[in-house]
Amino acid sequence: MRQALRHHLFWPVAALVVLVVANTVAKPSFLQVTVTDGHLFGAPVDILRAAAPLLLIALGMTLVIATRGIDLSVGAVVAVSGAVALEYISASPDPGSPVTVLVAVAIALGLSLLLGLWNGFLVTVLGIQPIIATLILMTAGRGVAMLITGGFITTVTSEPYKGLNSGFFLGLPTAIWIAVGLFAVVAVVVRRTALGMLLEATGINPAASRLAGVRSRTLTWTVYAAAGLLAGLAGILVSADTMAADANNAGIFIELDAILAVVIGGTALSGGKFNLSGTFAGVLVIATLERTVTVLGISPHVTPLFMALVVVTVTLLQSPRVRERFAVAALRRRPAGPDGAAADDGGAVEPPSGDGSGAGTEPASDAVAGPEAHEGATLQAPTDEREVTR
Amino acid sequence: MTTTTPERATRPLLRAVRIDRRYLPVLGTLAVLALMLVIGGTRYDNFLTPIVYSNLFINNAHLIALAVGMTFVILTGGIDLSVGSVLALSTVIIAALLQAGWPVAVVLPVAVLTGSLIGLAHGVMIQVFGVQPFVATLAGMFFARGLCFVIAPESIPIDDPAFTALAGWDSWLGHFRTTAAVVIALAVVAIGFVVLHYTRFGRTVYAVGGGEHSAMLMGLAVSRTKVLAYVVSGTCAALGGLLFAMGNRSGYALNGVAMELDAIAAVVIGGTLLTGGTGFVLGSLLGVLTLGTIQTVIQFEGNLSSWWTKIVIGVLLLVFVVLQRALSLRKT
Repeated sequence: MRQALRHHLFWPVAALVVLVVANTVAKPSFLQVTVTDGHLFGAPVDILRAAAPLLLIALGMTLVIATRGIDLSVGAVVAVSGAVALEYISASPDPGSPVTVLVAVAIALGLSLLLGLWNGFLVTVLGIQPIIATLILMTAGRGVAMLITGGFITTVTSEPYKGLNSGFFLGLPTAIWIAVGLFAVVAVVVRRTALGMLLEATGINPAASRLAGVRSRTLTWTVYAAAGLLAGLAGILVSADTMAADANNAGIFIELDAILAVVIGGTALSGGKFNLSGTFAGVLVIATLERTVTVLGISPHVTPLFMALVVVTVTLLQSPRVRERFAVAALRRRPAGPDGAAADDGGAVEPPSGDGSGAGTEPASDAVAGPEAHEGATLQAPTDEREVTR
Repeated sequence: MTTTTPERATRPLLRAVRIDRRYLPVLGTLAVLALMLVIGGTRYDNFLTPIVYSNLFINNAHLIALAVGMTFVILTGGIDLSVGSVLALSTVIIAALLQAGWPVAVVLPVAVLTGSLIGLAHGVMIQVFGVQPFVATLAGMFFARGLCFVIAPESIPIDDPAFTALAGWDSWLGHFRTTAAVVIALAVVAIGFVVLHYTRFGRTVYAVGGGEHSAMLMGLAVSRTKVLAYVVSGTCAALGGLLFAMGNRSGYALNGVAMELDAIAAVVIGGTLLTGGTGFVLGSLLGVLTLGTIQTVIQFEGNLSSWWTKIVIGVLLLVFVVLQRALSLRKT
């Protein structure tokens, strides 16, 4: 039980289970998935499809946060990317042709990559704080999107573009394939190579990792570029869903949702260790929460209130102080506990669970948790050092 | 090799002038503001008139209050994303309670204290439970916004005679018009200035932002100061809501959406470093006025669309941040 309580996926998954149970109680058919024309339909599929843009953005956000950064501009990039793609399609002679759509997507993604590179340039080369560096694009980006659409909401009809979101492939909406597939690819690339570890090293102590030969500057720059690219892709999914480029409202507050998803997933904003599986769970929590509010017949305007409740609960339960209490309480119950360190040392809040006892129940994407926890333990030392010297 | 590059890139920027380096960002803001006013004055008739200046203050009174509170939080090295929502909550509480027939003398303190309470909650979450300021105040932002809709999903007009009398009060200083909202906003600035520079709490705010650990080793009340900074910010945000309600004579849950960004932008343009420890309340006032002037110029230009405001603010933010970065590199 204590092992399970400590696991980073415990609280987000618990929140998800509570939400699903609440939904099923309110509407027994909630979890039902039906097959019509070989396509899957039902609330879970809907939730996943609606969560696809958030999933992409939260993926990029996790990597950025791992390097001790943050990217506030993703919502603006969503707006810019959607605006560019739809403007190109609506100006082209043949909106329905797949070639047009392909070019539009390429242009939008290219521009998003440039915007991501710009953020990375500000952060790494000019050394501006990530919050401020990306705040610049967050403010200016929506203005640029308005400039592209000329202040109108551009609407187009283009079947192939629409298919990018709501088309079906092997029974599931395309958006789910794109988002989940990309998430899996990035997770494998990051966790099966040293990349993830290098990112964590950069986030935990940039100076030390640089001295250890990690090319933190290149890494950080890459991560911002990737976040921009993923946000651009999310923008395409969003605009393909509505088939309208709304510069003011496309992707509004999605950066906050993404940051919340990352935090709910157990990745600290202070950088370093990150959990992609946690982020995935966090995205599902937020998407399900939004659906829950509708299912329960509450005004969607009140959603923020529930969001706040979930955030406060999850972050408080994850806070070191509360975890310490848990540890102390557990010790009191077992007076002969061997790990007396937990009571007096904050660092022992996340003990190196190298024994791998929890690994058996963990999903595949977390199979590397054993060595990862080990890295975390060895890299934790410089963190404490940093806090003292600062 | 990468370690030393930024430092090497620094070149002496301002050798000749011997001004305290702390004031340079604020003086930069002042220069930009003056430049914009001069350019505006040469381009348009009626730009350099008292009524334009008066409106600059009248239209931005609420933002001034928000920026003062935000300055406190940012000086301690934190951030408060909730101010826009708290402003909305305050307008809704004022409107709803006045509609229910409560007297003004009770309603206004209740609204402002709600803001203080939310700020206190932020401070406790951040200081006691170790939640990141960004996350804690983000939760507060959602909470306040959701609460607004629970209280009143629709806009509530305010027709309480005492409140409208207060909101409608104005006075002419020569050709300059001041309203009660402007007087309150400037009083907030004055109080903020005095508290920051002439009280123990204010000096501790600077000390905490300059180096939390050193401040703790010096025996300063770090925890109390950080919590208080969020209380100040919440209170100022609720006061901003009062000023906003005085301007609009209504309370609406969608007031002040994304206004926290304007407040942060104003503070940053006003020369406060987001890392904490450096900055001035008066700088934030200048920052708000600069944002206001951009809007005024774009209105005067007429054929420019409103979205240029966002782009210009973004560019201005960039310029100031890069400038500050150059200055801070020179210092180290």
